[in-house]
Amino acid sequence: MELIRIKNVTKQYKNGVTAVYDLNLKIKKGDFVFFIGGTGCGKSTLIKMLYREEKPTSGEIIVGGLNVARLRDSRVYKLRRKLGIVFQDYRLLPKSTVYENVAFALEVIGAPKEEINKKVLRALKLVGLKGKVRQYPDQLSGGEQQRVAIARAIVNEPKILLCDEPTGNLDPEKSMEIMKVLENINTTLGTTIVMATHDKEIVNTMKKRVVILKEGRLVKDMEKGVYDNEAI
Amino acid sequence: MKPFRMFFRSIRDAFKSVFRNFSLSLASISCISITLIIVAVALLVSLNVNNFTKLIKKDVTIVVFVNQKVDDSKLGVVKAKLEQIENIEKIDYKSKEQLKNEMMATSSELDAIMNEYGDSENPLKDTFQVTVKDIEQIEKTASTIKRIEGIDSINYGESWVNKLLSTFKILEKGTIAAVILLILVNVFLIINTIKLTIFSRKREISIMRVVGASNFSIKMPFVIEGMILGFLGSIIPILVIIYGYYGFYQHFDGQLFSPIIKLVEPTPFVYMISLIILAIGIVVGMIGSARAVRKYLKI
Repeated sequence: MELIRIKNVTKQYKNGVTAVYDLNLKIKKGDFVFFIGGTGCGKSTLIKMLYREEKPTSGEIIVGGLNVARLRDSRVYKLRRKLGIVFQDYRLLPKSTVYENVAFALEVIGAPKEEINKKVLRALKLVGLKGKVRQYPDQLSGGEQQRVAIARAIVNEPKILLCDEPTGNLDPEKSMEIMKVLENINTTLGTTIVMATHDKEIVNTMKKRVVILKEGRLVKDMEKGVYDNEAI
Repeated sequence: MKPFRMFFRSIRDAFKSVFRNFSLSLASISCISITLIIVAVALLVSLNVNNFTKLIKKDVTIVVFVNQKVDDSKLGVVKAKLEQIENIEKIDYKSKEQLKNEMMATSSELDAIMNEYGDSENPLKDTFQVTVKDIEQIEKTASTIKRIEGIDSINYGESWVNKLLSTFKILEKGTIAAVILLILVNVFLIINTIKLTIFSRKREISIMRVVGASNFSIKMPFVIEGMILGFLGSIIPILVIIYGYYGFYQHFDGQLFSPIIKLVEPTPFVYMISLIILAIGIVVGMIGSARAVRKYLKI
């Protein structure tokens, strides 16, 4: 079953730069996909279009049954509730504790307190931060902060987890920790994971599906792929 | 109950962020306080001016002098004719004897002079003191009175009444315009201060959007926060005007410079103004934050 379908998508920014050019892609439920490519290849734009931060100029994007391009601004939250999103810069609330940061995602959709408590602790356990519930983000290391962000992204039990360079600010060791967490989520919860990265080590170690982008075009799509230097 | 739960969470979050962003809250609160004090003072001045112009207008009377040939029986006819005039509020009759006695009581010289006239030789005239409902129409009313048979002359200080009226008109309009202008400036200032507060929380709003908060549920805590800031910001102005006005009123004994300019009694006047100030504070805080957040909700 396809969870994400991208059909003839082109994205041209207002300044005239074409970031994605006539792209077609299907992602199945439970997939773990890497978008790789050099700077400016369009991988970030593609991820942004998946969570409707950017709108495609033409083409069709279906995410979890929702036609993303046609979604009105005031309805974007419906899409976001089906997704978990992780960024390179974590995007945590600095004045809220770890627990509050994760609970935030459930509070804004009006979940009851008991449910929030249960789900937040479960998510924090899954990312290995159960002991840091009362700490504030600035008391944590970068890797730990990213794990809080992942917990926040999955606490809502989304079908899809979008990660835009989640290891970009971390050293190789911490990066691998994050990848283990993501793989764990992928296998235990069955969450579909789409991750943009340019980290060669990670891609080669994980041996997942790899989609290579170059100048906005899809140049290679491999099951159990590796970081193909030549294609990039 | 999901809507209630979200509403109470919004209130809780609003209070939380007032305290967590305390320095910014303080900036907003003091801005609101200062501008509201100015608005409150302008309101006090404007309402006092309106009050004392009203009082003075009430004091303007037309004195109607009745011809000495009109005897007591015909006097009733004159009074009845006066009563028929629409614009007349009150008619007080004073006979020439009463007037004579009043004059004699004022000074010993007058007493001596008036004493020389016997009751039948009284040079004074019977008078009606007439107050009008609408002072703007006083000229017309006066000429109507003049045409009544048996009336010799009338007097209402024609020259200065007109001047007074035009001055009051300008004064009233001027103070109302000043108050409205101040409120507008106030709204603008508060909106901008709250905008600054919210600008610093752009990130928070973007995170809310990322985790799937609807626009309404993003707006709600900020709007409530704006109301809280408005409420807190109006406390000091309210204390200032309540204590300030009571003190002012007592210090000047309820009148300014002369007994003509009477101040409005503090109770319930200051409480009414306090309520107005509170309402302005809360509404402006609410509008300010709603407008400021809207800017960051566009995708």
